[in-house]
Amino acid sequence: MGEKILMKGNEVIGEAALRAGCKHYFGYPITPQTEIAHYMAKRMPMVGGTFVQAESEVAAINMVYGAASAGVRALTSSSSPGISLKQEGISYASCAELPAVIVNIVRCGPGLGGILPAQCDYFQAVKGGGHGDYKMVVLAPCSVQELYELTVEAFNIADKYRILVMIMGDGILGQMMEPVEFKDKEEIISVQKNWAASGTKMNRENNVITSIYIDPEKMEKHNLKLQEKYSRIASSEVKVETYNCENADIIVSAFGSVARIVKNVISMAEKEGIKVGLIRPITLWPFPESEFLKYADVPKAFLTVEMNAGQMFEDVKMAVNGRKKVYFHGRMGGMIPTQQDILDKIKEILKV
Amino acid sequence: MIKQDIVIAGFGGQGILSAGKVLANAGMLEDKYVSWLPSYGPEMRGGTANCHVVISEEPVASPIINDATTLIVMNGPSLEKFEDMVVEGGLIIIDSSLVETEVKRKDVEVFRIPASKMADDMGNVTYANIILLGKLIAKTGIISKDSFEESLKKVLPAKKHYMIPEEVEALKMGMSL
Repeated sequence: MGEKILMKGNEVIGEAALRAGCKHYFGYPITPQTEIAHYMAKRMPMVGGTFVQAESEVAAINMVYGAASAGVRALTSSSSPGISLKQEGISYASCAELPAVIVNIVRCGPGLGGILPAQCDYFQAVKGGGHGDYKMVVLAPCSVQELYELTVEAFNIADKYRILVMIMGDGILGQMMEPVEFKDKEEIISVQKNWAASGTKMNRENNVITSIYIDPEKMEKHNLKLQEKYSRIASSEVKVETYNCENADIIVSAFGSVARIVKNVISMAEKEGIKVGLIRPITLWPFPESEFLKYADVPKAFLTVEMNAGQMFEDVKMAVNGRKKVYFHGRMGGMIPTQQDILDKIKEILKV
Repeated sequence: MIKQDIVIAGFGGQGILSAGKVLANAGMLEDKYVSWLPSYGPEMRGGTANCHVVISEEPVASPIINDATTLIVMNGPSLEKFEDMVVEGGLIIIDSSLVETEVKRKDVEVFRIPASKMADDMGNVTYANIILLGKLIAKTGIISKDSFEESLKKVLPAKKHYMIPEEVEALKMGMSL
């Protein structure tokens, strides 16, 4: 590990992608993630890479489709309304099994909404914002250091499974500065992309990258292949942080920056004799269901805290599967849940 | 445990965000845990800016400050907006050249320093933020003067390094008040 550097979350995403060997970035500016594009515009020429400010988000995701088809590591980034525009491309790339990384530094919606932090794109990311039965691996970092590590990992997961990986943050993570320690050398998995449309050099058959299968039997067969891949990922790529859950009176679940607010709540509650645990899903898909089952008998209740109207809440309820009551506390519109409000909610639930 | 939750607020252009960066960087150089969170919301368009800086001996849970141990303010609206978030016994450091409003709270320690006037007398009004940081450092000991100087070297671009000796003078001036 090198020395610690104080860096902005968005810039760290850019640096991490470069370190992961990504030399192709396509994007269109939107607050609060434009620093990723700034960073890439500055750095790509230095490493012999390609930075394109596309004419729109739709164009950018299709440029990613093209670059990934040719077998190179490619990145696009945007924020909520821009990610909505990318959904068609995301569905197509998922069907074509293209590996690439998409960053969503979420802002509050719906609509053009506002630029302040939110987590209201959870459903869109994990349930499929585009059409069809597809999945993306969705990573939810909660610190600048984790933004770095998970961005590098995102490229590895993408290549390993030929899948899109989304990194979902918010304006707090993107805009904040924290110390980050880069490794001297990244662990980059090397995958033979013998499926890529990278030129036959006249010594092999054409590789075809497509998302169209007119024959229903072929289309179903392809769907089954995708589903088989998703189950493999679900059984081997789950990441979760569990904190303070043994003997907890209540287990709170939160992801991303909200999980950090919950950690403050844990210390506040401790002073009042209340033991609060935290389950922080790091992969939002695949969702760490078994972690919830493992602790289902421990607390009196579960509580999810999110910057939305209750989205991950549904997955937590499914995971807990009726064994305990699951409560919800959320803020919307760019409002951030305060530690006091969360603590009050906990006391209300536990009737203390 | 030593921990400071510092909110710095004022107009855009007063070096509010950079003062926070220098502070956070200095904390990091002392191997403390730090975070810096700027306001990036629509209020910036009205010309106000603020940042939250946490410097702590333990890992920073949330970078969002609800209860500030220190508030540094460089304009009137920020004092009104943020004075209630300071903890009992906390510090409010005010650039009195720019803020005429009185602090309503009676349970906090208030320092009114004519920082902009002092910086102007030094020949560069942009050092006002540094003078105010000087007071913070002297009062809380959250970072040392040497780390501050080291941090300036990291935060300022090389072409501005010639300003460092004067900035350190400004810091010392704030520390001696």
